[in-house]
Amino acid sequence: MKMMSGAAMVVQTLNDLGVKHVFGYPGGAVLDIYDALFAQDEVKHVLVRHEQAAAHMADGYARATGITGTVLVTSGPGATNTLTGIATAYMDSIPMVVLSGQVPSQHIGEDAFQETDMVGCSRPIVKHSFLVKRAVDIPKAIAQAYYIANSGRPGPVVVDLPKDIVNVAETHPYEFPSDVTMRSYKPVTKGNNKQIRKAINAMMEAKRPVLYVGGGAIAAQAEGEVTELAEKLGCPVTCTLMGLGAFSGVHEQFIGMLGMHGTVEANKTMHNSDCIIALGARFDDRVTNNVDKFCPSANIIHVDIDPASISKTVNAHIPVVGSIEVVVKEFLEELANEDLSKQTEKQADWWEQINAWRAQKCLSYNQDTQVIKPQKVIESLYKHTNGEAYVSSDVGQHQMFAALYYPFAKPRRWINSGGLGTMGFGLPAAMGVQFAHPEATSVVVTGDGSIQMNIQELSTCLQYNLPIKIISLNNRALGMVRQWQDMIYKGRHSHSYMDSMPDFVKLAEAYGHVGIKVDSLDELDEAMARCFAEKERLVFMDIAVDQNEHVYPMQIKYGAMDEMRLSKTERT
Amino acid sequence: MKRIISVLMENAPGALSRIVGLFSQRGFNIDSLNVSDTDDPSLSRLTIATVADDKVNEQIIKQMNKLIDVLKVTDLTESAHVERELMLVKVVANSEATRSEIIRNVDIFRAKVLDVDATNYTLELTGAKEKLDAFIATLSHNATIIESARTGICGLARGERALTAK
Repeated sequence: MKMMSGAAMVVQTLNDLGVKHVFGYPGGAVLDIYDALFAQDEVKHVLVRHEQAAAHMADGYARATGITGTVLVTSGPGATNTLTGIATAYMDSIPMVVLSGQVPSQHIGEDAFQETDMVGCSRPIVKHSFLVKRAVDIPKAIAQAYYIANSGRPGPVVVDLPKDIVNVAETHPYEFPSDVTMRSYKPVTKGNNKQIRKAINAMMEAKRPVLYVGGGAIAAQAEGEVTELAEKLGCPVTCTLMGLGAFSGVHEQFIGMLGMHGTVEANKTMHNSDCIIALGARFDDRVTNNVDKFCPSANIIHVDIDPASISKTVNAHIPVVGSIEVVVKEFLEELANEDLSKQTEKQADWWEQINAWRAQKCLSYNQDTQVIKPQKVIESLYKHTNGEAYVSSDVGQHQMFAALYYPFAKPRRWINSGGLGTMGFGLPAAMGVQFAHPEATSVVVTGDGSIQMNIQELSTCLQYNLPIKIISLNNRALGMVRQWQDMIYKGRHSHSYMDSMPDFVKLAEAYGHVGIKVDSLDELDEAMARCFAEKERLVFMDIAVDQNEHVYPMQIKYGAMDEMRLSKTERT
Repeated sequence: MKRIISVLMENAPGALSRIVGLFSQRGFNIDSLNVSDTDDPSLSRLTIATVADDKVNEQIIKQMNKLIDVLKVTDLTESAHVERELMLVKVVANSEATRSEIIRNVDIFRAKVLDVDATNYTLELTGAKEKLDAFIATLSHNATIIESARTGICGLARGERALTAK
């Protein structure tokens, strides 16, 4: 058996697990691990400028690939700085492993320098955590962390490593664990046969069915199965903010995103449906609006790998616990014995109704102006990237505009903080995407508020030559906050604007990148072309957009799904 | 509705804090919590008494099942079960009259005197929660209670039903 130090074991285990990238920042408690990293080339370390960004990079990396993202940070502030990133991954079920240094075992509990109870701090926002007590336990703890992070409903796992057990001066026998299964953790993948039969019966009886597809379909790599099911049933498909791309955004059966800022056709289809087939979606409050008024005539089939997501907010009539990929395959096998020839005929009235809602063109906006509309920027972005970019987003109005105006034909192209709504997520996430796919176009759609929350990473981008394209919709305000203040607080813009905006072009240039300022509509197209012609360098597009634009449609609070504002003056 | 939930989990450091954290994080109530290792020292058994409607109860059970360290969760109140709680109570016993009244109560409730000194008695009583509540109520009429400690409810299903690692 090979003898090595705890620190070398950490790196060797990562290598044996096939980990290619680690996003991190060194410090006292992890210096031994960094020394072990220095001695090899297989596991590449990316030095960030702030640990929060390391977590978002690992997260973006995981979202773009399905491969678990890895973070390495020191104890105390290094560890606590990752918490927002961990919570972001937790809310969106993203596989991530955070290796945090800890003070030496004998000092735990003494309020030692840079000591934090990382396992305690992170407990409510992790799928699981380990505090490793002995060097010989390192390989198994790390291997189990990866197994837990990326099986069942994925999520972040913390591995806390006290400094004494990774000491480079002491060696121990290294063995990569042959078995990482645990008696207390057995995720279900296959659906219950009886429930599947019930679901099929409900689908066949339905006259107004709809597929409601969430992030679980992407986590399960089930886009093929979902598409096949949708086409077999011939029914409309809506995706959640997290599910965009699980079903092609340019498919004829796609009726747009649903929820708070969903399309009229998606929300009305849901509200009037007699059979909702929910696949890996969790009936989040940003989807359902008032649960008491939620889809009154629908028979709800809810497929989810997490039993706790079923009937948590909205009661499911036919729950099916299992992986979306496996369960939908089982659906398809059952449907092979059904007569599907009458599906079109059965849903003729339904589609006629849906097409009438579509004809309202709820996403149209005032184009009769010289002010740059944010929607226009996203449309231009779509055109200049042929709809094929990886689009990472920050949080706010720009996020909703991107979700609504950039249809995603493939999964894992839309990278956003859906559950936690973390401003500052976009840039580091796009960096993680670029590390995962060096040849792809990695775009950040952001705003003047969000971008400043992790702008220091422009420095990391230069160090690793990441040719990211930053599309900043600069409205000189915190747009979504301002929109709510306009609507609910009679336009009192309490602290939602900034009088001291930096010159973003100069800022980008100071970090060694290209900055382009766009002030008028005439320049937009040409500037966008210039941006994407710049293949080797990061370009920061500072685009002055309409400060007074709101995101519509928008559900009316306490209302049903189909009660929406359509503009500043109209509603459904 | 009152529930008694039984949990079998790994006897691992930090496992209990995950359970307790889950309750506070998700806004569930804990009326009492009893925890100890079992006949198998690698396993811990918890009994949690809570008040929850059906929907919340379902979430409590599902969310606990999701914890990696948890092997099994069951709602004992769903079927026949036995439950017991142990209480120690220290009372002032400084006169002949109070002493004999306390002893009478001890006899009636089938409690035990665990410790005696010049001015007080320490009593032990085991039983269902309601019996312990009644004992405290009766005792407080006849004597001054100095302090009390209760283990919280501990329960098992009747008959062949059992929570095991298999």
